[in-house]
Amino acid sequence: MEASRALESELIVRTRGVKKTYHLGDEVVHALRGVSLDVQRGEYVSIMGPSGSGKSTLFNMVGGLDKPTEGSVYINEVDIAQLSPPELAYLRNRTIGYIFQTFNLIQVRTALENVTLPMLFAGLSADEADEKGFLLLESVGLGERLHHRPTELSGGQQQRVAIARALANDPAIILADEPTGNLDLKTGKEIIDLLRKLNEEMGVTIISATHDLKMLDVSDRIVYVRDGEIAKIETRAELDLQIGEVEGIGEEKW
Amino acid sequence: MKQKDPPISVALKQAMKSIRMRMLRQFATAFGVLLGIAFYASVRTSLALSESDPEAVEGAVKLRWLVFLSLLMCLVGITNAMLMSVTERYKEIGTFKCLGATNSFIVKVFFLEALLIGVLSSTAGAFLGFGIMVAVRVFTDGASSLSALGSGSLPILLSAIGIGTLITILAAILPAIQAARMPAAAALRVEV
Ligand SMILES: Nc1ncnc2c1ncn2[C@@H]1O[C@H](COP(=O)(O)OP(=O)(O)OP(=O)(O)O)[C@@H](O)[C@H]1O
Ligand SMILES: [Mg+2]
Repeated sequence: MEASRALESELIVRTRGVKKTYHLGDEVVHALRGVSLDVQRGEYVSIMGPSGSGKSTLFNMVGGLDKPTEGSVYINEVDIAQLSPPELAYLRNRTIGYIFQTFNLIQVRTALENVTLPMLFAGLSADEADEKGFLLLESVGLGERLHHRPTELSGGQQQRVAIARALANDPAIILADEPTGNLDLKTGKEIIDLLRKLNEEMGVTIISATHDLKMLDVSDRIVYVRDGEIAKIETRAELDLQIGEVEGIGEEKW
Repeated sequence: MKQKDPPISVALKQAMKSIRMRMLRQFATAFGVLLGIAFYASVRTSLALSESDPEAVEGAVKLRWLVFLSLLMCLVGITNAMLMSVTERYKEIGTFKCLGATNSFIVKVFFLEALLIGVLSSTAGAFLGFGIMVAVRVFTDGASSLSALGSGSLPILLSAIGIGTLITILAAILPAIQAARMPAAAALRVEV
């Protein structure tokens, strides 16, 4: 009993039978058909699956951006469906950092302002926020671009700002939805390495939906989603065994 | 734990940046408010100027209708402009929620933006409408004809500014409340 509870507390994200159904007129879309997934604190989990398999929908459920039609999502053992809007805002502000394929920076604010906004929401003073924001942008290699607006930055630079912003309040979890989807090969690789570094050095749990096979290398576990269900989960150890076949995974499995 | 709102200065800064960075868009919105209010103020002014003139009484009935129509025009124009400017920013609203903004923070930003735009453009519109009517009157009938206005000019200007600001705020805040309440995922999906 004791042991199992200790183990439980290490589960930072838990989903139980999560279903999401969309109604488009007469048509019913089962985006998720009952997903149960456990993520350990400090893990790097990649969610792989073809287009339309439900990755982004799962991302939204885990991130508290949308509510499941059925089933529950637990973050740190709290059922997030029970949270009031201000409690959800608190969770989004401090516990989770979000990274999107389209970067989603606030267009009218500079890089530094984008990074400091979550800190201001968390109650930091403007000076404290600026100081920390500067350090974060420096750590992602953008110390020289503090006062540029998103339109004045390249895609890779924008994604770095987004990563710095996701880290603003030292979140326990970073959720990324195809973070390399709009980037070229080399820039994508840099972003993946950056995420890996955060995971290793700061112990941030990373859950990333992706199409990108480069992600496989750095993940502790790969969750294959197909048609709204978990088709298969592979651990890093299993992956290493068949490293020679890694190339094939992307194509064959779907 | 509940999220608390940051100091109002944070929302104000966002509102000002938003106005400055979207200058052209905001100018179009402000111009709509300005025109509507200028029309309203001009109708009210010419009505006040003709009040003591017995020949104009019949025209005054028509003018009262015009006041009503001008208000309706304001309402439609401003609502349309503000509705557009909120709808364009669903994705930004969704992003703000991901960063930990509360619904009330988001509404505050739109409120402050509308307040700034509303006050500035209604004031300009009020003086424009009032000024044109007064100038026309002075030009046609001489400065003495302005005595009919008496102390009536202040209520005209104030009501024009008040109405313009109020409509602008309402027109922005109602769709903003609705947008802030929708699930963040839905707001993020909206691409304009
Ligand atoms: N808001 C919505 N309304 C209706 N259907 C939706 C909505 N969001 C997602 N869907 C549908 O749910 C299914 C899963 O979509 P989802 O975006 O989760 O896929 P995905 O795995 O992220 O795909 P991609 O790799 O292309 O991003 C799709 O069939 C999609 O059309
Ligand atoms: Mg997706």
